[in-house]
Amino acid sequence: MEVEALVIDAKGMHYTPLNRKIREAVASGVKEIILNNVLGQRFICDGLRGDVKITINGVPGGDLGMFMSGPECEIFGDAEHAPGNTMDEGTLVIHGTAGDAVAHSMRGGKVFVEKNIGYRGGIHMKEYQGKHPVLVVGGTSHAFLGEYMAGGLILVLGIGHEAAVRDRGIGSGIHGGEIVIRGDVNEKLLGVGAKKVGFTDEDLERLTPVLNEFCERFGIDPSPFLDTSYSRIIPESSRPFAGNYTWE
Amino acid sequence: MSLGSVPLKYRISIDRDQCMKCMRCVDNCSYGVFRVEDDKILIDSRKCTACHRCISMCPRDAITLQERPVDYRSHPLWTVEAREDIINQARTGKIILAGMGNALDYPVIFDRLVLDACQVTNPSIDPLREPMELRTYIGKKPSKLDFTKNNADVELKTKLTPNLKLDTPIMIGHMSYGAISLNAQLSLAKAVAKTGTFMGTGEGGMHEAIYPYQDHMIVQIASGRFGVDINYLERGAAIEIKIGQGAKPGIGGHLPGEKVCSDVSCTRMIPLGSDAISPAPHHDIYSIEDLAQLVRGLKEATNWEKPVFVKIAAVHNVAAIAAGIARSSADAVVIDGFRGGTGAAPKVFRDNVGIPIEAAIAAVDQKLNDQGIRNEVSVIASGGIRNSGDLAKSIALGADAVYIGTASLIALGCRVCGNCYRGLCPWGIATQKPELVERIDPEVGAEHVANLIHAWTLELSELMGAAGINSIESLRGNRERLRGYMLDEGLLNVLRVESVGA
Repeated sequence: MEVEALVIDAKGMHYTPLNRKIREAVASGVKEIILNNVLGQRFICDGLRGDVKITINGVPGGDLGMFMSGPECEIFGDAEHAPGNTMDEGTLVIHGTAGDAVAHSMRGGKVFVEKNIGYRGGIHMKEYQGKHPVLVVGGTSHAFLGEYMAGGLILVLGIGHEAAVRDRGIGSGIHGGEIVIRGDVNEKLLGVGAKKVGFTDEDLERLTPVLNEFCERFGIDPSPFLDTSYSRIIPESSRPFAGNYTWE
Repeated sequence: MSLGSVPLKYRISIDRDQCMKCMRCVDNCSYGVFRVEDDKILIDSRKCTACHRCISMCPRDAITLQERPVDYRSHPLWTVEAREDIINQARTGKIILAGMGNALDYPVIFDRLVLDACQVTNPSIDPLREPMELRTYIGKKPSKLDFTKNNADVELKTKLTPNLKLDTPIMIGHMSYGAISLNAQLSLAKAVAKTGTFMGTGEGGMHEAIYPYQDHMIVQIASGRFGVDINYLERGAAIEIKIGQGAKPGIGGHLPGEKVCSDVSCTRMIPLGSDAISPAPHHDIYSIEDLAQLVRGLKEATNWEKPVFVKIAAVHNVAAIAAGIARSSADAVVIDGFRGGTGAAPKVFRDNVGIPIEAAIAAVDQKLNDQGIRNEVSVIASGGIRNSGDLAKSIALGADAVYIGTASLIALGCRVCGNCYRGLCPWGIATQKPELVERIDPEVGAEHVANLIHAWTLELSELMGAAGINSIESLRGNRERLRGYMLDEGLLNVLRVESVGA
């Protein structure tokens, strides 16, 4: 039996009762929740588990989907800082921009941002066995994209921008995972321990499902993006700082 | 031009008359000091770390160890260590890493503080016969209680925040699986479960084998977020945000790839053999307001059911920082003094950065009291607590409880050789090599650690009884029970302690 979507009016509501309502609904088997009039509430879906689709109309506050494990959230509005913080599984689809530290330490799942993101996007994302976090940005990113990155994929398409990323420190301290940026990236923008390599047909084949999914989410024609005109940035070493030390 | 070799640190010798060639030294030394050739045990003293494993296993007491068998020209400034560090860095051009805590000869403030006892005017209490209240609650205390009266019934109206209930004010600090072995962690976990207290997981996730003891575990979340997911957060009895560590304030953690074996990899949830790098800052914390955001984020994720601690290294402005933490919704602040231990830290940090725990406890307790928010957070002190005397003095200076680290490892065999970073610990503690790890039987290890906690708890009640105190609350922050011996006026003022004789 199809259960109807639960609609919650979040106007003026504090995040704790809001999250409590969401959790209770998910526990009672609700599969679809619509949050209206969201305005700055932090921690929405914090630590939430389950198979549920949540539509967020408005602008959620920081740490959206923090520690989240499973649900899918579609946000019609911009997101504040660190959506997907230490997220474990699930999807965030943001129809707008997002702030700093997007997907901070994300361990699994996907974050799709239609427009731009702030500084330190994808910082310290990490992968392990079946968990392979993905961050896709339609617009551009500020500095220190993929800093300390330890695993997963960051893809920046730069739609509407002459250069997909113009800020420095890309992949600074990266020791795992990959950053793929549309077009050529000036070597001067790479951070410590990052190196640029060619983007091959095999890479394209591997990334095509991600590109298709992103484009489908935002109603974009994927065909202009299905070529090898990307820069791939990977770690010089999985142990970037091992050479700095001597023992007593 | 070659710099040549530096002299031996230790010389091992065997009394050949005593030796019965049982070969236990050969089998036990994981550093390769001993080898057998033509039925003779040969010694390579240069490999010795003074871990004492061979000595402790020798049935004939035939092995002796001599520290610094070769003299340098003595010099008060150019110590042996200063000279050898320079030689090392001239060779390598690298940062020197070292294990265990601060090894510089700073005065120990604990040893310049003396405790009080009753004589004539007030009676002492015999803790063997009379009740002695050591139960300690860690977490926020309400500033006042509201009740509703229903005829004869009285009901508490104030909503209490969750606290940890400890049977003794001794907890075991955070030493991660990865830094120490699973058998070492398991021994500690069994010991805290036995003694009604708690321990930290460290920043390495929680191994399945620890799940049966999860109600006694404080799960740590550090800047690397290793092993952190919602299940981990929910398992813990409390959650601790690690901002800093006394052994290396201001810098991050670094588990070298060679220690990331398959089991460690799966607990930390990172690929095999890759470095586990914890950045210096948390990248979602750039201010005290951001800290409050992470504290609340953790509470929100766990339905406001878990106390959240924040651990900082004791640094110059520790009191003001702790006051900020007290306003962040955190339930306890952990202060780690500059003698705090570690598996590996840059030596220059270990020996030079941070302040002693004694001064930090007193400064934090005073600041929180001055601001009227002492009830908002508990204060947990750590970093160089060696015995029940240090424990009693910490509480009298204002701590609610202490974390012990090195002391609990010594109870498992550690001899503080400081070579933890090499991953060859012959005691099976700071290693992941299966043949070394299995040297610890967790049942026996737990017994020893529990004995230590039990013994200190008994001594603490004796000290309290002698001072006429029958509840830990009456000792807490009771500086009147302390006197400073040969401490300068400036430090006495910081500690708010009078001089002996005053």
